[in-house]
Amino acid sequence: MIPRRVQYELIKHVGGPLLMELQGLSKRLRPRRGPRPDSPFGPPLESIGKLKDLMTRHYLEGRYADGAVPVAWVTSGFPVELLRTLGFHSVYPENHAALCGVQRLTPEYSAAAERLGYSRSLCSYARTDIGAVLLDKTPAGRLPRPDLLACCTNICQTVLYWYRCLADHLKVPLVLIDTPFVYGDSAAHHQQYVADQLEELLSTAERISGRRVEPEKLLEVARLSYEGTLLWGECLAESTHRPAPWTGFDGFFHIAPIVTLRGSTECNAYYRHLLDELRYRVKRGIGGIKEERYRLLWDNLPIWFNVREMSTLLAESRFNIVVTTYTNAWAEAGKRMDPTDPINSAARSYTHVILNEDLDRRLDLMSRLARDYQVDGALLHSDRSCKPYSIGQVDLRDKLAERAGIKSLLLEADHNDPRAYSTEQGNTRIQAFMESFV
Amino acid sequence: MSGVTLGVDAGSTTWKGVVLDGAGEILDSVVVASEPLVEQQTRVELAKLREATCAPRETPVGATGYGRKRVGADRAITEITCHARGAFHLTAKAGVLVDMGGQDSKVIRIGADGTVADFSMNDKCAAGTGRFLEVLLGRLKVGWDQVPGLVDSAESSVSVSSTCTVFAESEVISLMAEGEPVPGILKGLHLSLASRVAALAGILPDDIEVFMSGGVALGSAMVNALAKELGRPVTVLAEPQLVGALGAALSVR
Repeated sequence: MIPRRVQYELIKHVGGPLLMELQGLSKRLRPRRGPRPDSPFGPPLESIGKLKDLMTRHYLEGRYADGAVPVAWVTSGFPVELLRTLGFHSVYPENHAALCGVQRLTPEYSAAAERLGYSRSLCSYARTDIGAVLLDKTPAGRLPRPDLLACCTNICQTVLYWYRCLADHLKVPLVLIDTPFVYGDSAAHHQQYVADQLEELLSTAERISGRRVEPEKLLEVARLSYEGTLLWGECLAESTHRPAPWTGFDGFFHIAPIVTLRGSTECNAYYRHLLDELRYRVKRGIGGIKEERYRLLWDNLPIWFNVREMSTLLAESRFNIVVTTYTNAWAEAGKRMDPTDPINSAARSYTHVILNEDLDRRLDLMSRLARDYQVDGALLHSDRSCKPYSIGQVDLRDKLAERAGIKSLLLEADHNDPRAYSTEQGNTRIQAFMESFV
Repeated sequence: MSGVTLGVDAGSTTWKGVVLDGAGEILDSVVVASEPLVEQQTRVELAKLREATCAPRETPVGATGYGRKRVGADRAITEITCHARGAFHLTAKAGVLVDMGGQDSKVIRIGADGTVADFSMNDKCAAGTGRFLEVLLGRLKVGWDQVPGLVDSAESSVSVSSTCTVFAESEVISLMAEGEPVPGILKGLHLSLASRVAALAGILPDDIEVFMSGGVALGSAMVNALAKELGRPVTVLAEPQLVGALGAALSVR
């Protein structure tokens, strides 16, 4: 019997890379099918292959992680750098739920949660994730059992109750980082309050992992996280060019490394590669869509199960989403990071995330993005599952028109649950919105 | 026959078609109940319209409504744009257009140049549409033509609070069982529907004119209820059911 740790290291350093090599070889041997000649999209990004490899390896390693290394399930806005320093393998239930959403597995998984009494009004990520745990099903092969659940309330309060349910079901400890909601700039005592919790987190994580934090290692992870955040921001900023070298929908998928592998060399190597490709496309005028006539801003999470249909509908009418507040959130954090002071840097940057700031800040941000990316209009996804992101959008729509002269469409949908979205009605609204530009 | 165009509005409840001449006058029109096979229905109805007006086969066709993509038209555009175009053609005025159709209710703000400045629609649910009234009139056993007289005769209106067509139906059954008179229930239903549509319109500036199109505008009871909710007169456009098809015909000129 090979010890678990050896299996994990073998997969990480030998099995994973070998599998990727074999997949690459088989791809090279297969005749390549290019996009349809009538496709409204530009040539696909070459980096997508590397992205798939990177994420497949992450989930593959995950299968062998429990029992080999400490495992934490964390929220997307959790200061994961501290856990990474102690060698935790991190799993992101939100990212995993999105993966299920794209594959339209939410109705099946969610139904399992609903049968136990979880309401359909609850976030569809939570229902998907809880359902996946209850059914012990995943499109990722297998998720490692956590040693620790790590939850930060900077994105919503739902995560706290969601993770409490997971803690109860899986019988594992839960750590909570509570970030006070900020109006304008956070005060010193807000930051101290969060920094104190992070110090406490370190000692809990040390106890669970059986390891001690090495200050040098913490500095290194903080530096990598900062660098990765800046690189992601640079990738996004390439879309300030006309035509944008990729679409906002591409960005929704390429966000995966900065969410799940933040603070790792693999993450940064990937974004360097992507940035090179985007710059190459900009230089040669290669757009994410063939003919970019109108540029849009997207607010809120994507509608994962409808990405293909919606992106095609927009591209066929020569509309490109060139910036999204969602993907920008992971770039925005860089402005408040100081890698030489990891704890206070994390306290500051993780408190000032888009969903933990007041509406005026959001309006300032959206106005700035609209100006920098020269958008003609905005699609505001009123997401039934994400109330903190959706509240205030009616006012934001009016203010965007008033302040930036931007016309917006409020689109009612859900990020993961196709049962809460009427495609035909949604398409009619988007189409009517586009017709109002012509 | 220069400049003649055809407009089709393949809606969820009725199929509408118009023949428009080069001067912008409607030469002929038709309104029939929608059939499941919209392509076939469109073929038959367009052939009749062409024959009646001697319009040649190659006359351009604009289409709108839920079936717009399936009728093989030269151009397919949404009801929102078509209703706005049709309304502006008839009024030559900026304003707010309320279109109450079978499946959708829309509030469209039309700019001074006739383009859509903004719009809002009922979402995910048929409460607030013609279908809502149709279902409940069926339950009350009242025909469309009887509605204005009955509503006018109501001494008071009975509140119908359910926001869902199905729940409203059961609420109406309860009210009938309690012996509430039909005219009062009917008036309550109209006010309930009008308040939902008024909520879509939001707060309107004092000087803006409100127009109405769609099949529901044919009944004066709904128009009056809406005017009451909005606190201003509502002008019903000429042949309100044809406004979408008219806009579609204009889109291919």
